[in-house]
Amino acid sequence: MSDTVLSVRNISKSFGGIHAVNDVSFDVGKGEVLGLIGPNGSGKSTLFNCVLGQLPADAGEVQIHGQRVGQMRASRLNKLGVGRTFQQLSVFPQMSVLDNIILAGQEHHGSMASRLFGPSDAGLTAEADRMIQFFKLEHLRDEMAGSLSYGQQKLVDAAMAFMAGPSLVLLDEPAGGVNLTMLANLKDRLETYNREHGTTFVVIEHNMEFVMTLCTRIIVLAEGAIIAEGTPDEIRSNQQVIDAYLGG
Amino acid sequence: MTTKMVRILFPLAALALLVLIPLGQGNYIIYVMTSWLMFSIAAMGLNLTLGYAGQISLAQASFMGIGAYITALLTLAGYHWVVGWVAAMGACFGIGLLLGYPALRVQHHFLAFVTLAFNTLVFLVLRNEEWLTGGNHGLVGMPRPSFFGISTGKNLEFYYFVLILFVISAAVFYWIVNSPWGRAFKALRENPVRAESLGVDTRRITLLAFAIGSAFGGGAGAIMSPLVQFIEPGSFALVHSLKILLMVVVGGAGLFYGPMLGAAVVILLPEFLRFTEGYYLMIYAALVIVLMVYSPTGLIGLGTKLWQQIRPQSEVRKDMSKGAQL
Amino acid sequence: MSEFIQLIVSGLSTGSIYALAAVGFTLLWQASQTINFAQGEFVMVPAFFVLVLTVKMGLPVWLAMPLAVILAVLILGALFKRLIVEPMFRHGTIPLVIATIALGILLKEMVKEFYSPLGQPFPSLFPQTVLKIGNASISVPDIANLIIAMGTIFALQLFLSGTRTGRSMQATAQNPDVAQILGVDIKRMVLYTFLINGALAAIASILITPIYLAKFSNGETLGLVAFIAAIVGGFNQIRGALVGGLLLGVIDNLSAAYFSSEYRQALPMLLLIVIILVRPQGLLGTAEGRTV
Repeated sequence: MSDTVLSVRNISKSFGGIHAVNDVSFDVGKGEVLGLIGPNGSGKSTLFNCVLGQLPADAGEVQIHGQRVGQMRASRLNKLGVGRTFQQLSVFPQMSVLDNIILAGQEHHGSMASRLFGPSDAGLTAEADRMIQFFKLEHLRDEMAGSLSYGQQKLVDAAMAFMAGPSLVLLDEPAGGVNLTMLANLKDRLETYNREHGTTFVVIEHNMEFVMTLCTRIIVLAEGAIIAEGTPDEIRSNQQVIDAYLGG
Repeated sequence: MTTKMVRILFPLAALALLVLIPLGQGNYIIYVMTSWLMFSIAAMGLNLTLGYAGQISLAQASFMGIGAYITALLTLAGYHWVVGWVAAMGACFGIGLLLGYPALRVQHHFLAFVTLAFNTLVFLVLRNEEWLTGGNHGLVGMPRPSFFGISTGKNLEFYYFVLILFVISAAVFYWIVNSPWGRAFKALRENPVRAESLGVDTRRITLLAFAIGSAFGGGAGAIMSPLVQFIEPGSFALVHSLKILLMVVVGGAGLFYGPMLGAAVVILLPEFLRFTEGYYLMIYAALVIVLMVYSPTGLIGLGTKLWQQIRPQSEVRKDMSKGAQL
Repeated sequence: MSEFIQLIVSGLSTGSIYALAAVGFTLLWQASQTINFAQGEFVMVPAFFVLVLTVKMGLPVWLAMPLAVILAVLILGALFKRLIVEPMFRHGTIPLVIATIALGILLKEMVKEFYSPLGQPFPSLFPQTVLKIGNASISVPDIANLIIAMGTIFALQLFLSGTRTGRSMQATAQNPDVAQILGVDIKRMVLYTFLINGALAAIASILITPIYLAKFSNGETLGLVAFIAAIVGGFNQIRGALVGGLLLGVIDNLSAAYFSSEYRQALPMLLLIVIILVRPQGLLGTAEGRTV
């Protein structure tokens, strides 16, 4: 039980009579990399948003480290140790890469007052530099984030999600729009981070190759319900999953 | 290394100029310069709210008004100016906090209209509550303060007094925008949803952006009372808020020196265009439109653009160095 | 009671003219995200087109008024879009806000310098007679203004929902990407919107100026009232702007009669603040289209 980071219990959400998510439950343990896949319209994004409190669920509850999160504000959720990335690019374009990454950590250090009167980098430059190094962004450290390539911005985005040392990170289509070289790089960094820090990941992704090689466990959604769950190998050979993707 | 030196030397050189220029000048020029310093402080505040935190406000003149009236009433009642100054900034901080609440619900142009309406309401109260504000006749005869026996009564003395306040304000402003708060303000401007997901309490930061920006407005108003020694509601009407907005945008919103340059342009240009007599506002408005069409980032943005065209070689070299590292 | 009816009727009459300006304001916003801070001046200026044509050039009023509408369509519609809005489109909201504020000052100053800083008498289209209905006396221009303004808005609504061009304009306003895929010439539709705004402003100008005098500063309150009407009613539809305009006209008249005349101006502001806080989508608006 103490190993359960995220617990989703009987979540349902419907829009005007259509069950987008129907009575979904699952647990994610410490250090797990869970992939959430399913055809378009299967309810992945709705479920994701319910977990993050962006959408109020009609029924059920979500617990993180045993604490009910309900419709908690995103900043509080973040302080509980939940990091996330967004589907679309979400860096701060007119700030340097270093400032982007310091920002991601500064709210976790000290008080409001110490953030006004204390040092301008909140004492995080060294830590931010380690994060920049980890994602191999050293040469871009002082560039404006908005001037970076798409793939580089995705890396900055991921670095921001990790900066506060979260115990759970939700990645919303991290591979979308990223070229192959950059994708291999991104996956390698995510795997390394998971191995080194034991951080739990939940990943929504369309890119099957990416999910199958990154995740330790996969949940397949179709029409708002879980139709299969298992290791990548089990999922690959599951007839129901093949039907859902091809027959849908 | 060199940019770091420029960053330290430029303000020192500018400060030396500000100390030396008014020496031997007539009262009028000293008055115009004092007025420029005062508006720079007000514009600095709006620059924080609009330029850094991205929250549009068309009410900065009303905060100058609140500050000016509070200072006037307190100094006329016999209190020292410093009491008025602190009270003005404190009151504007509080009222700015309240004005920030609509910003939590609505954005951009709706916020522009709420703040615009607020400015008109303040104007009406100043005009109609004669028992307190003197109505259309305003308040007159506010004394200029003295500190430890040093009077600021003469215009040059008062100029140096305002210069000191300006330097304090600029230093505080610089401190704030370079602190983690400043980073949070910019994050709010650039991507509030992402900022919230990274633990930034965007509600609190939005309210603070309004409150601090308004407090600077109040501080500028506290200077206006003893500077002009006559205040009336018309000095704080909507058009003056638009004027301060113009200072911020013309100079360059979100840049440290932007509002100071903008205030200089907005205050001095009419003086230069004086020979055109009645046409000056027209020429002025036309220049603003042209500037907005060609360089929406303001004069500093325009300068940077021109600079890069003059010195293309250094740009190329930077690109190459980047390419080599990739 | 009869006084009350008089106040309501004349309130509706000025309100319907506010609505013309507010509808134009809304259309511009929908089609191009332009917030025209010079809208009040757009209503002030066409009256001076009429004055230039009649007083300076000696044209008869019946000819000068349609010509003034055409001039407004060309200058306040096409030229405004071409010279100011179009080049600034990609810069975002705030520079355009500043530019339209400056444009308002420019128009005001030009009228003041090149025509006159004093209020000018302006020809009324209708006889200044008063009808007695029961105890209430109702002025003919009030009724006529109400009919023309409402008729214009009604015709506009018919055009937008009943013709192919009108529906293309609406599609452009609602979702330009989809409209483009459907083969709508978006640029042309946006241009039409600017032309219509010019015409609406000119009609409002011709109707409202006889009530006051033609003066360079007329736009200051008119512009503000147009914003408030548009927001109070609901920014994303014509009906909203119409209701907002009528409501403001009536409130303004009633407050002048029954409420402190000193704070008369404050009421629309308070209404605006309350509406934005309580129902930001406006009285008739839908939440959609607000999040831009």
